[in-house]
Amino acid sequence: MEATSASLTSCFPQMRVATLTTPDDFDGWRDAARALAGARVPPSEVVWQVGDQPTDLFGDEAVVETPAPFRVPRPFVDLARTVVLHADPERFALLYTLLTRVLAQPKLIDDRADPLVRRLDEMAKAVRRDIHKMRAFVRFREVTDDDGQERYVAWFEPEHHIVRENARFFVNRFTGMRWSILTPELSIHWDGEALTEGPGASKADAPDGDPIEEVWKTYYSSIFNPARLKVGAMLKEMPRKYWKNMPETALVGSLIAGAQAREVAMIEKARTAPGSNIAGAWEALREEAMGCTRCDLYKHATQVVFGEGPVDAKLMFVGEQPGDQEDQAGRPFVGPAGQVFDRAVAQAGIDRAEVYVTNAVKHFKFEQRGPRRIHAKPGTGEIEACRWWIGQERALVKPQVTVALGATAARSLLGRAVTIGRERSKPIPLPDGGEGWITVHPSYLLRLPDKVQAEEEFARFVEDLRMAAARVS
Amino acid sequence: MAQLDVREKLGILADAAKYDASCASSGTAKRTSVGGKGIGSTEGMGICHAYAPDGRCISLLKILLTNSCIFDCHYCINRKSSNVRRARFTAEEVVKLTLSFYRRNYIEGLFLSSGIIRSSNYTMEQLVEVARSLREDHDFRGYIHLKTIPDADPELVHQAGLYADRLSINVELPTVGGLKRLAPEKDIGRIEGAMGDLKSSIEDTADARKKYKAAPRFAPAGQSTQMIVGADAATDSDIVGKAATLYDRFRLRRVYYSAFSPIPEASSVLPLQRPPLMREHRLYQSDWLMRFYDYQPAEVAAAADTATGMLPLDIDPKLAWALKFRERFPVDVNRATREDLLRVPGLGVKAVKSILASRKWRRLRLDDVARLTVSVAKVRPFIVAEDWRPTLLADRAELRPVVAPKREQMELFA
Repeated sequence: MEATSASLTSCFPQMRVATLTTPDDFDGWRDAARALAGARVPPSEVVWQVGDQPTDLFGDEAVVETPAPFRVPRPFVDLARTVVLHADPERFALLYTLLTRVLAQPKLIDDRADPLVRRLDEMAKAVRRDIHKMRAFVRFREVTDDDGQERYVAWFEPEHHIVRENARFFVNRFTGMRWSILTPELSIHWDGEALTEGPGASKADAPDGDPIEEVWKTYYSSIFNPARLKVGAMLKEMPRKYWKNMPETALVGSLIAGAQAREVAMIEKARTAPGSNIAGAWEALREEAMGCTRCDLYKHATQVVFGEGPVDAKLMFVGEQPGDQEDQAGRPFVGPAGQVFDRAVAQAGIDRAEVYVTNAVKHFKFEQRGPRRIHAKPGTGEIEACRWWIGQERALVKPQVTVALGATAARSLLGRAVTIGRERSKPIPLPDGGEGWITVHPSYLLRLPDKVQAEEEFARFVEDLRMAAARVS
Repeated sequence: MAQLDVREKLGILADAAKYDASCASSGTAKRTSVGGKGIGSTEGMGICHAYAPDGRCISLLKILLTNSCIFDCHYCINRKSSNVRRARFTAEEVVKLTLSFYRRNYIEGLFLSSGIIRSSNYTMEQLVEVARSLREDHDFRGYIHLKTIPDADPELVHQAGLYADRLSINVELPTVGGLKRLAPEKDIGRIEGAMGDLKSSIEDTADARKKYKAAPRFAPAGQSTQMIVGADAATDSDIVGKAATLYDRFRLRRVYYSAFSPIPEASSVLPLQRPPLMREHRLYQSDWLMRFYDYQPAEVAAAADTATGMLPLDIDPKLAWALKFRERFPVDVNRATREDLLRVPGLGVKAVKSILASRKWRRLRLDDVARLTVSVAKVRPFIVAEDWRPTLLADRAELRPVVAPKREQMELFA
């Protein structure tokens, strides 16, 4: 900085002007700050300015060179070095204020809860981010120099005064290449051996295209997965202010717009793919299910009881869980309730051989009482754990109508608690396009003590099955 | 005309590579191109040069050498029985493409993988040739990640490690049952055997370099792997446990989780619905808890629902753990250990560091904590500060509605 002689006679507060040569002049700031702090000049009496801006303030007083050197903590120097690059005109003054405080209390620099430390910290963070984003988002375009050699030229608009600071990174990375980075404040050029600086430039000085950009855009749109759109995450890391100098961002709008259509098309295509091996897929799924440990029921049950029936069935029945006999046989609907079910299916005019039957929960849950295993109702956690398998079975079989027998099956099918009385006997559209029906579980019919009521309820059950089956085309 | 041809191939072979989640270019040795005859440098931290609308970072040119494959893995778009268009790059084409993208500052380097053609060894040779040419013919010093074929000759894998910064082998599915159903030709024993070999080579060369400065480097950025989430019956607890075992046994730098996503030409063995993307996000969060917050795998699993083994989707696993173990809170920000502070929902590693530094100079008040964290509202119910004690909140039975984030639509379509 320029030091002039101090006027010691003024009765007004003395204003001193510290002039720095460039907006990122850390050395200038350090020398001036050292002198000012040595002379114990309070921050309120210093005006900081860059270059030869006209001084419109009344003060033009000196900083007296101090003979007494002092030390400041290393973290302060690091912070200052970065903050000096910030665009905020107040940065020099804020740093000087912190310097005077740090001299009185050196450990202050570690106190992130102090508002000034915090503010300067945030400024340093903004500068580091800008440095990082420049390294990320500079885009070179190839041109041919007058001597016929290739040169790579980029136009970039940084937010802070970071270009000189960042030059070394580009030298280290692109040593074997001739390049220039043009910015509004300053240009830097590398010829393979030396780095030179030039004045600021405008966008018109940079090349306006490069044939490789079309190849890069092809890459950008191909590596994007339309099945996982996360626009917010993209914008957070690649804010719009950088877009104008990045060729690939021209594609963002159309990629987002087309994403949903592309995913739907993929799924549709998959659904109708010819020659797919559903039976093999079902076998493989069943085999994987045999080792299921998604909930604790596997620890006590004999085996997994998977669904069975034709994989192209149009009608699917979902029961609650295997009972004692099913657990031993490894097949669904073979116990007493299964026999009631078979009788009802026959009376409803449904061909048992053409339907797919399975259970909401695939392991037998019971309480051991002496030699007997007493059925226990599966919990919502167990139903939820087993919904994965039902989901896979339904995805393969794709039944037109799925009938849930009882509350457990209804919960599994619809993913919520269901009151049978309120929702039975009517079609319920399912999210995957099929239709759901709710009715009672056949074991409920077995438990009714009153014979007349039992017969009425059985008839109602048969009627439900008949209605559901009638919906199948 | 030739240019157009490469562009078409790039479209196919980048599309085929996008199901690999990894794009990291960090953690390798620092290098510059100063003193060499080419270009390229690596920092400790990788750089994301662009972001796609799927929110993923684009750091590397991630492509397959070819999408032809003799395997028939059901989850893979490139499986033998799929009808996708096939293409194949020559090694030279990949080298040229990498360099021309790198020169324009689009990328940090190359992530090269391949379908298996002819044989595992033949395929591996091709991958190694690309890396060799970049390093030796062009003195390229940027980042190279090579996918390793588990069955390839160990000598080829060794060469790959001398050129590449990182090697990876995908375990693909978290369960043996899942692997058997979806990738019947892959073998968990061979995959893990190859990962074990890589671990030994990485450790041996690291040891050698301690003694001899001139000893060659071998995959200085270590090895990583990927698991597909939602294609088999594995629960979140299963996946967390599997990841912990992999980190432990093979010293992996990273485990990537990739939510299974519908692919064109899908095999009918696959479920058609994709798992919520939030599930993948929660797994990454649990991974961070283990790697940076000192959580044991069993503790992360404890944050999952005991019956279903699934992590909650509406709140993050750290918050879920805190709500489950409320007796561990509130934590006094002026006294608590680093370990205990790290358990506070809303306090990250950096915030904890700042708290520890600041409290040497003052008794922290709630306002002070607010300056050090992103959201003091999230932290408040779990801490004690000089002027704050959350008696009312902690005693409330239903803390969850207070601290859980407002439900927002995380995905545009489900």
